[in-house]
Amino acid sequence: MAECHPVGFQWVMEAKKRGATIIHVDPRFTRTSAVADVHVPLRAGSDIAFLGGLIRHVLDNDLWFRDYVIAYTNAPMILREDFRDTEDLDGLFSGFHEDTRHYDPSSWQYEGADVAAAAGQRDQWSTMTADEQIGSRGEKARRASDTDRGEQAGSGGSPFHGTPERDDTLQHPRCVFQVLKRHFARYTPDKVADICGISEAQFLQVADALTSNSGRERTSAFVYAVGWTHHTVGVQYIRSAAILQLLLGNIGRPGGGIMALRGHASIQGSTDIPTLFNILPGYLPMPHAHEHLDLESYISADAGTKGYWGNMDAYAISLLKSWWGDAATAETGYCFDYLPRLTSGHSNYDTVLKQVEGGSEGYFVVGENPAVGTANAKMNRMGLANLKWLVVRDLQMIESATFWQNSPEIESGELRTRDIGTEVFFLPAAAHTEKDGSFTNTQRMLQWHHKAVDPAGDQRSELWFYYHLGRIIRDKLAGSTDPRDRPLLDLTWDYPTTTSPGRPDIAEPDAEAVLAEINGTGPDGPLSSYTELKADGSTRCGCWIYCGAYADGTNQPARRKPGSEQSWVAPEWGWAWPANRRILYNRASADPDGKPWSDRKAYVWWDSEHERWTGHDVPDFQPTKSPTYRPAADAQREDAIGGNEAFIMQADGRAWLHVPAGLTDGPLPAHYEPAESPVPNMLYGQQANPARQVYPHRLNRLSPSGREPGAEIFPYVFTTYRLTEHHTAGGMSRWLPYLSELQPEFFCEVSPALAAERALTHLGWATIITPRGVIEARVLVTERMRPIRVGGRTLHQIGLPYHWGANGLSTGDSANELLPITLDPNVHIQPTKAASCDIRPGRRPTGAARNALVAEYQRRAGITDETGTTAVTGHPGDSRSNGKAGS
Amino acid sequence: MSRREKLAVPPATVEPAPDFDSYYGRPILKQPTWKVPDVPLYLFSGGLAGASAVLAELAAATGRPALSRVARFGAAGGALAGTGLLIHDLGRPTRFLHMLRVIKPTSPLSIGTWILSPFSALSLAAAASTLTGIAPVLGRVAGVGAAALGGPMTTYTAVLLTNTAIPAWHDAHREMPIVFAGSALAAAGGLAMVGSPTGENTPAVRLGILGAAVELTAAAVLRRRLGFIGEHYHTGRAGAWMRGARALSAAGILGGLLGHRVRGMSAAAGAALLAGSVATRFGVFEAGRASAADPRDVIVPQRARLAARADNSTPLASTPPSSTPPASTPPASPPLAAAPPAS
Amino acid sequence: MTFDLDTRLAGPLADPAGEAGHTDAPPRMGFFTDTSVCIGCKACEVACKEWNAVPAASTGEQSTGPGDLSGMSYDNTVGLGGSTWRHVAFVEQTGPPPVDLGMPSVPQGADEGDREMRWLMASDVCKHCTHAACLDVCPTGSLFRTEFGTVVVQEDICNGCGYCVPACPYGVIDIRPEDGRAWKCTLCYDRLGAGQEPACAKACPTDSIQYGPLDELRATAATRLADLHDRGMEKAQLYGHDANDGVGGDGAFFLLLDRPEVYGLPPDPIVTTRDLPEMWKHAALTAAGVVVAVAAAFIGGRR
Repeated sequence: MAECHPVGFQWVMEAKKRGATIIHVDPRFTRTSAVADVHVPLRAGSDIAFLGGLIRHVLDNDLWFRDYVIAYTNAPMILREDFRDTEDLDGLFSGFHEDTRHYDPSSWQYEGADVAAAAGQRDQWSTMTADEQIGSRGEKARRASDTDRGEQAGSGGSPFHGTPERDDTLQHPRCVFQVLKRHFARYTPDKVADICGISEAQFLQVADALTSNSGRERTSAFVYAVGWTHHTVGVQYIRSAAILQLLLGNIGRPGGGIMALRGHASIQGSTDIPTLFNILPGYLPMPHAHEHLDLESYISADAGTKGYWGNMDAYAISLLKSWWGDAATAETGYCFDYLPRLTSGHSNYDTVLKQVEGGSEGYFVVGENPAVGTANAKMNRMGLANLKWLVVRDLQMIESATFWQNSPEIESGELRTRDIGTEVFFLPAAAHTEKDGSFTNTQRMLQWHHKAVDPAGDQRSELWFYYHLGRIIRDKLAGSTDPRDRPLLDLTWDYPTTTSPGRPDIAEPDAEAVLAEINGTGPDGPLSSYTELKADGSTRCGCWIYCGAYADGTNQPARRKPGSEQSWVAPEWGWAWPANRRILYNRASADPDGKPWSDRKAYVWWDSEHERWTGHDVPDFQPTKSPTYRPAADAQREDAIGGNEAFIMQADGRAWLHVPAGLTDGPLPAHYEPAESPVPNMLYGQQANPARQVYPHRLNRLSPSGREPGAEIFPYVFTTYRLTEHHTAGGMSRWLPYLSELQPEFFCEVSPALAAERALTHLGWATIITPRGVIEARVLVTERMRPIRVGGRTLHQIGLPYHWGANGLSTGDSANELLPITLDPNVHIQPTKAASCDIRPGRRPTGAARNALVAEYQRRAGITDETGTTAVTGHPGDSRSNGKAGS
Repeated sequence: MSRREKLAVPPATVEPAPDFDSYYGRPILKQPTWKVPDVPLYLFSGGLAGASAVLAELAAATGRPALSRVARFGAAGGALAGTGLLIHDLGRPTRFLHMLRVIKPTSPLSIGTWILSPFSALSLAAAASTLTGIAPVLGRVAGVGAAALGGPMTTYTAVLLTNTAIPAWHDAHREMPIVFAGSALAAAGGLAMVGSPTGENTPAVRLGILGAAVELTAAAVLRRRLGFIGEHYHTGRAGAWMRGARALSAAGILGGLLGHRVRGMSAAAGAALLAGSVATRFGVFEAGRASAADPRDVIVPQRARLAARADNSTPLASTPPSSTPPASTPPASPPLAAAPPAS
Repeated sequence: MTFDLDTRLAGPLADPAGEAGHTDAPPRMGFFTDTSVCIGCKACEVACKEWNAVPAASTGEQSTGPGDLSGMSYDNTVGLGGSTWRHVAFVEQTGPPPVDLGMPSVPQGADEGDREMRWLMASDVCKHCTHAACLDVCPTGSLFRTEFGTVVVQEDICNGCGYCVPACPYGVIDIRPEDGRAWKCTLCYDRLGAGQEPACAKACPTDSIQYGPLDELRATAATRLADLHDRGMEKAQLYGHDANDGVGGDGAFFLLLDRPEVYGLPPDPIVTTRDLPEMWKHAALTAAGVVVAVAAAFIGGRR
């Protein structure tokens, strides 16, 4: 966090000053470790084992927060009889289809809750029949079924109908609590130490610190970044932390929580109002092409069910009204048909694959640098070289705009400039200091930034670019009677523009007008809360969770009242969604009766005198719903949430220890090795996440793992990361002299022991090889890298900051040449944190010899396109038949 | 060993000597930015000029016109060269006159400039008068004025060097004026030996021999008194210059003693003394550069000073900083020492 | 005059600005850099360069310059210089191998040879000494003492004589080669005049760099030091805070977690001009000696 989020880290230092214990769990000794109280240098990719060990420690030693867990989590829920855990199936859960590599989650459900019915309504993989899936052979079809199945749920998980059975004594053998206990029983301290490469003492030190700082009087917070998400089991990493924090009662309470540090400014904003293919603003699911022929079926899955997702009809219709305005009427189905539909996976990597195969004509690269900044950089460049046109909008002439000229493929002769047909349009972009706008940070807080200087030359803001692009396209289509042009022509596209005295030539759209549109309007003007949204077409809202950001026609994110002039929660600094609430699910900071768990940790509570919820923050609860409220059997939406149920977005009002639906790779986290790992899985026969997405391709080969022959050819683990001095793929830093001089070139970090083993010299060169590529790096031999003991043998890890490319002031090879495209099945993220490689002294070969070296390594390790893509590697007994039986 | 050959991140110590740490062996002080040969030659020409000016007037007063003439030219030439070298060495030569904005007793360069400037004017006037024969009385007055500044001309440059943080210079502040004075006398004597007839050169020879002897002796005392810091005068580039200086000065002394009656021998001996003086200036300058580059020169004596102060229950001028732990107290926890080199 | 000069050249001095002739000067302002909370982000280095329009270091400077990986941990600017007015040092330290506690050696887990690791980071800056050698030796008056008690180079006066460079006992000030003049931290004199804190302090996320009246900073530092000592960090020490030290105390002082030299700081610097009166005395005597020596050469033999 100190490395990549130094500004936010000030609060960690502040907490440390006040006596907090800072624990840093990271394979590398970083700037964070330097100021932490404890550093746990665990093996890259072993976090679930570590967290699982902590969960077991909490359960076995009775350190969990009983009252909280029973009241607010699904620990008492009883699971179906046909559920099988990894304990039973050697690393698989029930419901796995080996041939399609996916889980049928029906056996993961609660006893008594009819999930299947809802699933048929909700857009998810199971709406494809098993026959369709099994029948779809061939690579493309396999990928399609791989990638579209995680898109079924919005932010609240899957809905279900019915009343689950539960046992509040937590004694029922099939209740979630007992399942959890059995599931994590094998994550013993000695196993954890063996898998993670740490000492038992270190593990117990963390366990003691965490548990002694959790409970009624104290809370602990987890903070993570892509060190957790960039794995083929990344979502389950976060799930592990969620289980732990729920058991300790650290969710919805001040000083608790799990904080996701985002990779860039406003990445939170770019998922809230998404640049992702599979969701619409406010985490509404994107409709699929094969289902949802109309709005009714799209919203019927959620509308009317328990919890706030029950109001999805109001959110969706207000969004459609916001986009298509007067054209969106009840008669036209609110223009639902104007929305694009998913036909298969359209994630970043699916698109790259499509480009390589020639199935994609044009591409916008905006604020990214895939030629050096994305996993399997070569494959990305091969895709770019196979387009008709490419638009690059960036601050600098990044490698993605010059790949046709100076990419490694040009150097090796693999591609020739004159053969590349891609027409590249480079459009210089304005920086955030050159335009108005907002950032949404990890706390879901919107903060407005005002333009400081006019953009120079041809640089333009994104808002300018897209507004005028849309305007010109609409001008060109004006008068068209072709129905397919209606979505564009009917768009509300009427933002006022202004010019600044310094740039009278730039008609800049008013960013605040966009904020006002996102906030939404009703019959009485700007809306002030999403509770005002209606499903009758009378309200417009561009993103329901942002409703209120422009309440009273005021730019709420622009508020900057100093912390010293307001309460410690600082509600008048910026604006946090939803409803300016700073901690989500803060109802959980009070006990079921509405009293704070302790005076020390009081946050919101029920004021029985005034019959209202009150406190330091905006209560995440209906303001006047008494803790004693119990819903009627036929209650719907928020009315179905009891006064003692804190997790109001959840269909059962509870936080989930076990996830009955919504995840594609299991209801509970299980430790799997990374997709590429020289280490066998020491907990299960199943080596890697069976549901991970794989992309078998000549350019995307994987190394053998564990005990597979050939694994020894790539004996080391490498991990990629950022340095404070640079930003991601370098577009914002490598061209700046002040930053470039701070880290002037690409380097790798190795331990003295590995340096000795492979004759690497400090400040000399090293060549690093994986089945995807070979790169060279200057060598930094440092004690901060340590060999670890895993499974009785010494394992070396190599550190590779990934900022570099050929252009700019600070240059070097890109670590992304080494990384594979094999993805987490829930969110389609690539594993950048742990993969296997070889390292040797000296510079890499150039020209054709560069590819030849990779080919030689592939040959020595016996690698084919299929290597490393096998789904089931263990001995899971009857899992397959069980899975089929369940479907 | 070049940096690239090292196996590990260089440990934060140069060598695991007790009581010595440094930051990757990096110097603590900055290298003087004064250029070579500008500044060593400036030191030399100033000394030559100053001593020559005194010599010139005494020669004139004692009826040695040839000796006086050559010394006056030496004074003027040295002053001219010195001024030129000083200006050339500036980062912004056009701003030389900024030197004359203020008079600062705390700045030897300010005082030096205020010595050098009138000295240059006076010695040039005296030399011009000698050369042209115009206004001999004024020339004489100018010459006397230059001679009055001649002594300070030979020693202010010593203060210029010693009033720095560089240990090999600063710590030598007692001897350095004597070394420089000796060097100046040797140079002035040497120049006069080269330029004056044997009939008038006795004072020049005496001066040269005396100056060289003083220079050699004072330099030897300096080296010894500085302890390990004095080694910079023995080793490296400075050592070579200082060895050359000793050989040349010794040769000059010998030549002066044996051959001062022989014109050629006398001239050669004078040239040797001149060269010896030049070499001394280069040697002293290079020793300072080497000292600035060596963190030990700064750290070891300062650390010893702190230890002594901590050991002494009666502090010298001040109370020891409370932050400095007594060196003799064993740390309560195992100290984190820098790693030894992995090689 | 000599006595007067002595007190002006070394020793405690209550009011450097007043001493320099400022009347009604504001309180002396300075930096307290608490390295125990430094996270090595180098924001201070960048903010300093941005605000003061300092160029990226060039290869001619005494730091290694851009394009060259130093190998000194994450420190690639290497030291303070004409174009580096804030510099973050990175020191990697490992402790001795752990003591064998007689525990049965376990085959798994951390390597047996594991040793305690420490990574020290510290942002260095001009010390703005009470008795500043650079200022003392500057022959042009380019370096001057501001009303805030800080020491600043006037770029329109400096003629690049370079005297300040070897005079500084901390190795701070340097000539920028392509420019020819001496440069160093101004403690953002222009911002101070406008009532703002220096750019580095403003940018520092963890308040490792604190700016304020020196007296207040000294009190803060003493409290912080006591706190760290209470937490068992015996090696924590203040540096440059003591008005009785060789430079009369620093306007920019530090809390260090190890000995100063580990960070590249001199352990006990003394302003060179403390000894200047004695030097002048020696030089004057010797100058007189020169005249005597020349005169002596004329005594005796007529020719």
